[in-house]
Amino acid sequence: MIDSVKSFLGWFFVTGDPMIYGADASIALVSIGIVAVLTYFKKWKWLWNEWLTTVDHKKIGIMYIIAALLMLFRGGMDALMMRAQLTLPNMHFLDAEHYNQVFTTHGTIMIIFVAMPFIFGLMNIAVPLQIGARDVAYPFLNALSFWLFFFGAMLFNLSFVIGGSPDAGWSSYAPYAGAEMNPGVGQNYYLIGVQISGIGSLATGINFLVTILKMRAPGMTLFKMPMFTWSILITSVIVVFAFPAFTVALALMTIDRLFGAHFFTIAAGGSPMLWANLFWFWGHPEVYIVLLPVFGIFSEVIATFAHKTLFGYAVMVWSMVAISVLSFITWLHHFFTMGNTAPVNAFFSISTMLIAIPTGVKIFNWLFTLNKGRIQFTTPMLWALAFIPNFTIGGVTGVMLAMAPADYQYHNSYFLVAHFHSTLIAGTVFGIFCGLHYWWPKMFGYMLDEVKGKWSFWIFMISFNICFMPMYFLGLMGMTRRMYTYPAGLGWTPINVVMSIGAAGMGIGFALMAYNIVWSAVRGKKDTTGDPWNGRTLEWATASPAAEYNFAHIPEIKSRDAFAAMKEARAAGHAETVPPYKAIHMPNNTGIPVIMSAFMFIAGFGFVFEWYWMGIPGLIGVVACMIARSFVYDDHHYIPVEKVKQTEAATGRLS
Amino acid sequence: MTDATLSLHEKDRSQMPIEYSTEEGDLRIVGFWIFLAAELVLFGTLFGTYLVLQSHTAGGPTAKDLFEIGPVMAETIVLLVSSFTCGLSTIELRRHNKRGLIGWLLVTILLGLVFVGLEVNEFYTYAVHEGAPLSRSAFLSGFFVLLGTHGCHVSLGIVWIIGILLQLGKRGITPVTARKAFMAGLYWHFLDVVWIFIFTAVYLTGWVI
Amino acid sequence: MKQLKILVKPVFLLLAVPVLTMLAGCSDKIAVLNPQGPVARSQYHLIIWSLIMMSIVLAIVLILFIYVLARFGRKNSGGYDPKDTGNRKLEIVWMIVPVIICILLAVPTVKTLFELNHPPKATAVAAKSAEKTLTIDVTSVQWKWLFRYPDQRIETVNYVVIPAGTPVKFRLHAYDAMNAFWVPELGGQQYTMTDMPMKLWLQADKPGTYQGRSSNYSGKGFAHMTFKVMARSATDFDNWVRDVKNNEPALTHEKYMKLLKPNTVKPQAFASYPEIVAKDYNKAQMDAYMNGESVGNDSMHGMDMSDDSGEGGKSND
Repeated sequence: MIDSVKSFLGWFFVTGDPMIYGADASIALVSIGIVAVLTYFKKWKWLWNEWLTTVDHKKIGIMYIIAALLMLFRGGMDALMMRAQLTLPNMHFLDAEHYNQVFTTHGTIMIIFVAMPFIFGLMNIAVPLQIGARDVAYPFLNALSFWLFFFGAMLFNLSFVIGGSPDAGWSSYAPYAGAEMNPGVGQNYYLIGVQISGIGSLATGINFLVTILKMRAPGMTLFKMPMFTWSILITSVIVVFAFPAFTVALALMTIDRLFGAHFFTIAAGGSPMLWANLFWFWGHPEVYIVLLPVFGIFSEVIATFAHKTLFGYAVMVWSMVAISVLSFITWLHHFFTMGNTAPVNAFFSISTMLIAIPTGVKIFNWLFTLNKGRIQFTTPMLWALAFIPNFTIGGVTGVMLAMAPADYQYHNSYFLVAHFHSTLIAGTVFGIFCGLHYWWPKMFGYMLDEVKGKWSFWIFMISFNICFMPMYFLGLMGMTRRMYTYPAGLGWTPINVVMSIGAAGMGIGFALMAYNIVWSAVRGKKDTTGDPWNGRTLEWATASPAAEYNFAHIPEIKSRDAFAAMKEARAAGHAETVPPYKAIHMPNNTGIPVIMSAFMFIAGFGFVFEWYWMGIPGLIGVVACMIARSFVYDDHHYIPVEKVKQTEAATGRLS
Repeated sequence: MTDATLSLHEKDRSQMPIEYSTEEGDLRIVGFWIFLAAELVLFGTLFGTYLVLQSHTAGGPTAKDLFEIGPVMAETIVLLVSSFTCGLSTIELRRHNKRGLIGWLLVTILLGLVFVGLEVNEFYTYAVHEGAPLSRSAFLSGFFVLLGTHGCHVSLGIVWIIGILLQLGKRGITPVTARKAFMAGLYWHFLDVVWIFIFTAVYLTGWVI
Repeated sequence: MKQLKILVKPVFLLLAVPVLTMLAGCSDKIAVLNPQGPVARSQYHLIIWSLIMMSIVLAIVLILFIYVLARFGRKNSGGYDPKDTGNRKLEIVWMIVPVIICILLAVPTVKTLFELNHPPKATAVAAKSAEKTLTIDVTSVQWKWLFRYPDQRIETVNYVVIPAGTPVKFRLHAYDAMNAFWVPELGGQQYTMTDMPMKLWLQADKPGTYQGRSSNYSGKGFAHMTFKVMARSATDFDNWVRDVKNNEPALTHEKYMKLLKPNTVKPQAFASYPEIVAKDYNKAQMDAYMNGESVGNDSMHGMDMSDDSGEGGKSND
């Protein structure tokens, strides 16, 4: 009896590596610490009422960003471990199995649990404010999306200590990721964890599509929308059309592994190539799901700190539309080397190159926004400026990769790895850091320290170049991705050493940013104006942080850069008539999203271990929550006029 | 594109059908259409997968060996009729006839239950009697998952409509219950359209090829 | 001086490229830029051409970037014009220029793509033991490479010998996981797959040893899935074949089964191989065969990429 319990525990918990025990201990300590602090300060009620049950888009945005920052820390640690292992030839810091898990979790976490939620967080915070709305179209669904993402991420991360991590790479190519060659629970964690958060992403896409189409303030026509809102509108369309394909791909592989189907197996007529097609049919649009929003952020920030309207607004919009359309017909360039005929490869080569055209147009429009501007080098602006040359390098190497015959030489080498880090770090990561610094005062009512912010920028940006520029050469020298070690004497060592130094530098840059967040929380400059950057769009027209209802009066929009226009009108002495306050209709908080997602987590955990006694009740719990929600009719309340007056007076906005 | 019409504040809703009569109802219905678009991609991906794998029978039974015309026609007719009765329920909704609405919705879910029963029976026959479960070949994996997904949607639709019936019974036709009944109708018609594609892409091509 | 700080960046970048090139050592360490055969050379030419075009693009962006920052980044720089919000003519220019660049890149891309379907031109007299072209069947197994010479009826593991100057047709298969067959100095890679045989033409200009490796992750021993490609003169190749036939052991059924287990092994050669090897069974087929079931082969009808027409396969979605 005791022996069987022992052997179960040895199988259930990941054992044998001191680093894992360290992680176990720290996870336990942090959990106990959080519980202790919450109990000591009697904050459980506060946590439940203010955060866990909230449907306020601003709070949900903040929770997204906190979770994404934590995940960024984990993904970054994975990256540092990989770099440590590869610094010198024949290192024994990680063994092959551990290294394979680390690169798998690094990729999955960075794309699914960092890039996407960070962007979702920023769009939750900014979009409703930018279009003058009181909340998103479906506040309940918005909370549900967040909690599904959160529990999906938690499930995925649990694999680190319970059962074992996935090790088939973030793209999980069949047949290696199938049950036969990859038994155990690791790959199930990947499939189900990503599936749960993916459902949340799809819901977010629908939510923001409707929000932007239907809830803009009066007068804000589509072509008067801020560019960030435009980018989210287009991104939402991509999400709606790309994610269902991924949902299906993940589900099919899950059915393969759990129920013995033959979609992607070697045996019984399965088609491993089908997985590659389905994965990248989602995977390529996914690249633009995490890039278009940061294009929007850069557009806002560059316009704000060049003190000019964005150059070529209409062309900027149409180039994003073009990118979104093209993103659906280029997926095959991820496997030019999978034996497609020359005409097929030629088609996808050219369709991929075409993406360079709208992207190039955007780069020039940003440069010409700066031209004849009055450029102010704030921290967000530094991130935005650094994006232009660094991302261009990623872009031009992307064109090189698009040429199929040349790709035969780059594919799966570090040249490819360098390319997508050049786009995803110089694009997405610079973009989310840019957005974080830019909208921080709007989220919390105080500024991040500029000096520390600039230091962290320079350290991170220079280290990024030290890490990833040499990587291109390493690829051309023949080093392929996902090698856990390499022999001496190939001339790869010096480059690997330099890259590891760069990676450490990026770690320091990020640590400094984290320090800046903590420091500024205590000593940061308060933003009492609501408009610390002299902004141009509506989110700066309300207080920092914005009241629950965002705007006491929904503003009337007459032009692009609506808030800049309002300020000009004010300066010109046009008096504004302020109508009397009215009671404001707001959605109620609800605990159903978090409870439902917790059931989803339980179900997911059950299916990971193929414990149907756990999985099926979990799913029943999910359906029960849906039914319970359907019967809730009392789901909104009115904020009385008196309360609105008080709140506005407190922020000095009562006129 | 002119977007003045998209601005909700000036819209006169008094002339609109009851399910569109509140801003919230309007928002939800638009979102539901977008959700259906996403569902279309989901089923499209499943269809693509099925068509790729259709010929991968691994020496097991083929579509021609397996599919029988009788049960399939019965399923098709039952589902098409349920779609028609569902349409009648929407007409009753517009006429604010609570009893008619509830009655036709009841008929719809009963037909839905018959459809699900027929489908379960079909699956059972294949998997147990014909020795063709989903683990037999890639073709059968594709078949069971495509049809199973559709069947699960129909079943979920039945549960959903039961919930709406309870609310209609308690509250009558209000903008909220009307919106829910209308959306469930959209969903039901959508599943019917998917079935027509299944009938064509799975059964008809299965018999012919 | 903040704008100076900004200038540091692009300058740093411009310096970084040559510095790193030097750091990387002489160019023969950069395998892709050191082509040793006609296939790698045609890809090299494409790479250099794209590198030139892309450097021009990058240079234009960097020059403009530095200009606007230097000119408009100062505190009291004049020329501020908030009304400068668009310029149709300019925007059309920077839409047309990338189109032209894309055309300049697409034409040679498509040309090279079609060329690579055909064998390269032989540059040496063929070896006696081979035809004008040599065919080698390659199978990737977790975590090793098997090379079968169907005409010479010999088998090697983790190294392959080819006659220099002769086009070699590699027919690529996978026994289990997907891998990719890559010899950067001789030419670009192709995947090995269980359900679709593939073909890759390679040719070495002159005798020499070239490093090959798997470039698609396939599990624990993936990093060790390397092999040497040894190009020999025609006579040396003939001698080597004779030597293998005379001096190496035969590959027995048992030894073959052992090779198919997931593990890493040393380079080795065999004077002959049993018939089962030539069937190119994948793992599922082999399992069925061993259990006495019908092996069945409905993997990707008409998708055999190893035929010469190069028209057999297509994307399956």
